[in-house]
Amino acid sequence: MSGVAVLGVGMHPWGKFGKSFVEYGRVAARAALEDAGIDWTDVQMVAGANTWRGGYPGLVSGAAFAQELGWNGTRLSSSFAACASGAQAIGAARAHILAGLCDVALVIGADVAPKGFFGPFGGGDQTDPDWLRFRLLGATNPTYFGLYAQRRIAAYGASERDFAMVKAKNSRAGALNPNARFTKVVTEDEVLASAYVAEPLHLLDVCATSDGAAALVITSEDYARRKQLERGGRAVRISALSTNSPTYPNNVIEMPNFATDSTLAVPAPDEGFKTSLASSAYAEAGLGPDDLNLAEVYDLSTALELDWYEHIGLCAEGEAEKILHDGVTSLGGRVPVNPSGGLASFGEAVPAQAIAQVVELTVQLRGDAGERQVPNANVGMSINQGLFGHGSAVIVTA
Amino acid sequence: MTTPSRSAVPDWFDASETRLLGKACTRCRSVFFPPTIDRCRNPRCGGDVLETHPLSTRGRIWSWTRNHYKPPAPYVSGDPFEPYTVLAVELEEDGLVVLGQLSPDSPPANVGDMVSLRTEKLLEDEDGVQLVWRWTLDNSETVEVAS
Ligand SMILES: [Zn+2]
Repeated sequence: MSGVAVLGVGMHPWGKFGKSFVEYGRVAARAALEDAGIDWTDVQMVAGANTWRGGYPGLVSGAAFAQELGWNGTRLSSSFAACASGAQAIGAARAHILAGLCDVALVIGADVAPKGFFGPFGGGDQTDPDWLRFRLLGATNPTYFGLYAQRRIAAYGASERDFAMVKAKNSRAGALNPNARFTKVVTEDEVLASAYVAEPLHLLDVCATSDGAAALVITSEDYARRKQLERGGRAVRISALSTNSPTYPNNVIEMPNFATDSTLAVPAPDEGFKTSLASSAYAEAGLGPDDLNLAEVYDLSTALELDWYEHIGLCAEGEAEKILHDGVTSLGGRVPVNPSGGLASFGEAVPAQAIAQVVELTVQLRGDAGERQVPNANVGMSINQGLFGHGSAVIVTA
Repeated sequence: MTTPSRSAVPDWFDASETRLLGKACTRCRSVFFPPTIDRCRNPRCGGDVLETHPLSTRGRIWSWTRNHYKPPAPYVSGDPFEPYTVLAVELEEDGLVVLGQLSPDSPPANVGDMVSLRTEKLLEDEDGVQLVWRWTLDNSETVEVAS
């Protein structure tokens, strides 16, 4: 099977700018096209990652971006999968290329963020569990992050200072990233001095919401090879992309649910949902955790980053704090995690975020990451989880 | 005169009996909460006869978090806003973990502690008081912290 290459990457910086998501997406797309060295008219497919906050155009983002760039008769695809939307858009484009339906696809995700907590999805349907979790429980998104964090404290003896250490680490990386929104180095004491949001998590443990956009030009390997001959070798390969669902019964409480599945009739699967996202990707790529040189994981909270170390197999369950303290996941460590600065430095722009993760992997594997470069980066994984049983993992190889 | 009161979600929570109402599949015995499903979601079953299944009223705290910020609507906050604790409670007999607030009148509770269900006021509207389930520390049995 012929593979799929990332030929170009582009971003609009993260922040709050008060503009339309379409404009952010256009800026990122133009940057990716320029990076790939191709014209917009060479693109055969546009795969958009949807945002419900952009109104109707946000829900048909593939068309919205294509119109903004100038109707060009491309194939269109629009994907919604909460935080995994970007990966599903990559997946749609990749599947078209692998099927031989096209050679060149442009993947775009962009968002405009509201202030503060996300409210219920879709407004005022009073029978919707997402409305009811706010109404009956006050269960905001950080509530779930707080539950996971407290569980690490009880089960593994983690401390609030361990969590703060993750933020400090990511802020040092983010300070080196011109596309990051927060570029000030934060200390552990500053995290611990910030107010509690969802105790044991402080304000600086929880990621903000941002505007931002990211785009990829992905192509068949044949097409990439021809372009590389023209421009010098700069393409990397997408070796795996998983978007699998949980397996019943999912016995971990997931946002936005009121309860887990029951293990009464069927025992819990050997592998939890998040671990299964990673292992599906490893299996597809024929690689394992020992092959990773870096990872971009979805640090919606600092404590969640620690959970991911275990889900992607960097260490055994309960040992994430140890490898954090040993510097394994810092820049300069054996497997730097979130060398981009992570969501801690970006703030979440939902449909753009999974694409931005792949942008960072690509930049690192090309050796273009400047001061935050991971030496000898040949294999990288990005992984995230969204609402409603969505999640994704991508493995990029040099 | 007493203020009329009712469950905020009658299909999910029986306020007069203080019971959460799940559903159980009559074929494979899988339990589900909330009860808003018509067909068993065990992928190897697919049974279409589900009966109301009151969940256990006692469980063990899997985790907790205390919200210190006023959440967005439709949550109805007091004035002034009071932080509140949300628990994830493991119901052994039902094989699941369910969320609920810790009663503001309960002593502090930690992971591994046993809690029991109670009925409390969620809010008051023009039709009276809406009732919701909350958990309260249950000292009737001492247990070790689960890991
Ligand atoms: Zn069944």
